[in-house]
Amino acid sequence: MRYGLLAVVLIGAATLGGCSEGVLDPKGPIASAERQILFNSLSIMLAIVIPTILATLGVAYWFRVSNPRARYLPDFNYSGRLEVLVWSIPIMTVLLVGGVAWVGAHDLDPRKPIDSKAKAITVQVVSLDWKWLFIYPEQGIASVNQLTIPVGTPVSFELTSSGVMNSFFVPQLGSQIYTMAGMTTRVQLQADHPGTYRGLSAQFSGDGFADMRFTVDAVPTENFAQWVDAARSAGPVLDAQAYEELVKPSQAVAPFTYRAVAPRLFTRILGPEMQSDDALCFANSASQRVEK
Amino acid sequence: MNLLGNLSWNAIPFDQPIAMFASALMILVILSILVWITVSGHWPYLWREWITSVDHKRIGVMYIVLALVMLLRGFTDAIMMRSQQAIAAGGAQGYLPPEHFDQVFSAHGTIMIFFMAMPFVIGLMNFVVPLQLGVRDMAFPTLNSVALWLTASGILLTNVSLVVGEFAKTGWVAYPPLSELQFSPGVGVDYYLWALQISGIGTLLTGINFVTTILKTRAPGMGYMRMPVFCWTALASNLLMVAAFPVLTATFAMLLLDRYLGFHFFSVNGQGNPMMYVNLFWVWGHPEVYILILPAFGVFSEVIATFSGKPLFGYRSMVAATMVICVLSFIVWLHHFFTMGASADVNGFFGVMTMVIAVPTGVKIFNWLFTMYGGRVRFSVPVLWSIGFMVTFVIGGMTGVLMAVPPADFQLHNSLFLIAHFHNVIIGGVVFGVMAGFNYWFPKAFGFTLDERWGRSAFWCWLVGFYLAFMPLYILGLMGMTRRMQHYDNVSWQPWLVAAAVGAVVIMAGIACQIIQLVVSIRDRARHRDLTGDPWNGRTLEWSTASPPPAWNFAVLPHVAGADTYWNAKRRRQANPNEPVQAREYEAIEMPNNSPIGFINAFFAVVTGFALIWHIWWMAGLGVFGAFAAFLLFAFRAEDEIEIPAERIAQFEQVHRAEVAL
Repeated sequence: MRYGLLAVVLIGAATLGGCSEGVLDPKGPIASAERQILFNSLSIMLAIVIPTILATLGVAYWFRVSNPRARYLPDFNYSGRLEVLVWSIPIMTVLLVGGVAWVGAHDLDPRKPIDSKAKAITVQVVSLDWKWLFIYPEQGIASVNQLTIPVGTPVSFELTSSGVMNSFFVPQLGSQIYTMAGMTTRVQLQADHPGTYRGLSAQFSGDGFADMRFTVDAVPTENFAQWVDAARSAGPVLDAQAYEELVKPSQAVAPFTYRAVAPRLFTRILGPEMQSDDALCFANSASQRVEK
Repeated sequence: MNLLGNLSWNAIPFDQPIAMFASALMILVILSILVWITVSGHWPYLWREWITSVDHKRIGVMYIVLALVMLLRGFTDAIMMRSQQAIAAGGAQGYLPPEHFDQVFSAHGTIMIFFMAMPFVIGLMNFVVPLQLGVRDMAFPTLNSVALWLTASGILLTNVSLVVGEFAKTGWVAYPPLSELQFSPGVGVDYYLWALQISGIGTLLTGINFVTTILKTRAPGMGYMRMPVFCWTALASNLLMVAAFPVLTATFAMLLLDRYLGFHFFSVNGQGNPMMYVNLFWVWGHPEVYILILPAFGVFSEVIATFSGKPLFGYRSMVAATMVICVLSFIVWLHHFFTMGASADVNGFFGVMTMVIAVPTGVKIFNWLFTMYGGRVRFSVPVLWSIGFMVTFVIGGMTGVLMAVPPADFQLHNSLFLIAHFHNVIIGGVVFGVMAGFNYWFPKAFGFTLDERWGRSAFWCWLVGFYLAFMPLYILGLMGMTRRMQHYDNVSWQPWLVAAAVGAVVIMAGIACQIIQLVVSIRDRARHRDLTGDPWNGRTLEWSTASPPPAWNFAVLPHVAGADTYWNAKRRRQANPNEPVQAREYEAIEMPNNSPIGFINAFFAVVTGFALIWHIWWMAGLGVFGAFAAFLLFAFRAEDEIEIPAERIAQFEQVHRAEVAL
């Protein structure tokens, strides 16, 4: 029974690689490397875990009280050699996996730039209640709940939050990172294949959390330029006033773009004057949150 | 100024039929129990023998009763979540709106950790540790009663939130800024904070009590290296409580100051730092995991050794492993948030430390394996739970180490893979452990064994149900599903969530089997009666006295000459059955008097907590004053001990021995 289930899990996990939209179906270098680490660590540990499970069941079964062939050793309670063995098996496993962890933590440090010939583009991410704002400072545009990026180009994300903590996560591209008000976190991601990927918040942030998702369109470089041009030619302007309007809690917002963004808006969102600490904002935010 | 603070009729959720139905049912059940007790005249008995009791055995039993009731409450929340997620796919919203669903998962986590797992583990330790140490009671028996009733106060407040007001909608960790007044203006977070502050003090008192008991009051001759392993794990667990719970209390106090007096410890403005809360919470939170699991390890050590008919393999190794885990548990907390953006060195360090803590745990698994090796393993219910644990826990430990690799955690953090992992170790470890302990020590507490057949059914339902409910969650996590989603648009997740819901139903069947097991065993108690006091051929001192043990535990304190004293004494007697039995001389025993102070203080704690939640300041003042006045009265009590005459002890022993001889 237990093996059956375990086998189902392993087979399921293996087959999922091809068809899911999850972390086992990577579309970029970071997610691919992370999947590799996942598999490496899992294989190291399965090499010890499976024999241990089999041995547990085997020993328990063989030494059952009704088995006359099993030898009863009522005083077998210490063996120096076995002690060395029982300590060294887990130590050796942990040395291996620990190495993977240490090296992996450095190689896949979210802030580490991705090696690429293409010049990285910057996207500033702000998590709001309950939607995502993406500012393209180099292009001077912004979008809500929709992230368009060029394929094969590293994207350098700078992230913060308007208030509540969230976690920016695109499973098929790799590493998630928290967004925190007043602080900037960074993550470098890249899509290698064109396509539409799911993005979501992976940190519970209140009543509208379930709808706090966005789509990632990874498009060829030419198409990206076209998308930028199209965005520049239509839609509202994101200035301090528009931001104040946007920051009010809302759920399941359909994606849209801003044709222009006030300069240094991201820096100002980080600073104290844009944080919702004044009485008006406070009352606003609180009353909208209690609204059912 | 409103006399009742913020409290008004609006606090009662008349507009939410599910909440109202649940509240009505809860109130009806409580009322009918109270009426039944009153009608059948059990109040004097309950007051005298249970509510005011300072006997560690009675207190242990009451803790476990609380835990079992809260298991039902927390499990109801689990069934609601699983059914909601099984249907709320695509455009469907399910039957729980977000503001209700958010309370359900917050209450589930809070209740299962603080009010199910903790009281169960503390209850087992309460019942067993003094008996295993060969002493008559805890170091501070009345403090023990105070701790119990403070825990009950926290439980009561949490459940009051179902009827009056709301519970937290922040998840059981209540991270700010979400839990700050700005984003959670309701009383939910206040219920959470005050309930846990009050029960947290109880837990701290328990920790102090056990550490003192184990360090200072052991039977003559019982050196540290002669203590049963369960006592060692209890010592480690309680050291962690003493070290870790004040951190939680201080953290919650800061959040309360933010919420009540406009401080800025964790707020997003005024230079507050929410990340400090996250760090402090897990500085408590990770040791908490070991507070729960170490005593479970102790139970497995006792059960596997006893039912294999052998001493524990590698006793010294086990003790060392326990204490290593105890120390290391304080330097792994950051693995709960690798995704916060700390540097690679920091993430790498905490990742590696987390794996290091897996080493002593692995050692324990192998030692249990070698304990069974060369034994005569009897597959009674406690052993089934233990073997189920060994297999399940190894898988859970593996996925835990997997997530300790920072890049893997970047992908799996907060996903259902994480949910599957910690349920894998908490159900597979703690719940299986307390169930093994419950079946193992039940005959000691009540003098009859639990029905084996229903016990087996319960185990198999739990085991199968667990795998069915949580293996799909591992897969969903890999598919990119995150936790706490009230609905989702990705319909390819739905089949797995339906499977998980079916698993939850199978676990429910397991719980039903356990209830039936209890009822059937009580009905057939004459048939299951154990007069020997030693139904399993045990090794430790608790099996050397009568079942249930008398209030004084041991008529004559046992003299301990080595590890596994009782086992060795039995073997000696078997070898020379004609050795004359020494006549015992009984002396009068001083036992602590019953005291209502725990119950009274808990009453005032509930009043104070409720008043603070609703900003009813006069009532809060009255509650604090009442508790202080009660404490003063208690401090000036005239008598605190009662002498049990030697004749009564001799009489009890005679009857007990006559029964055993039959």
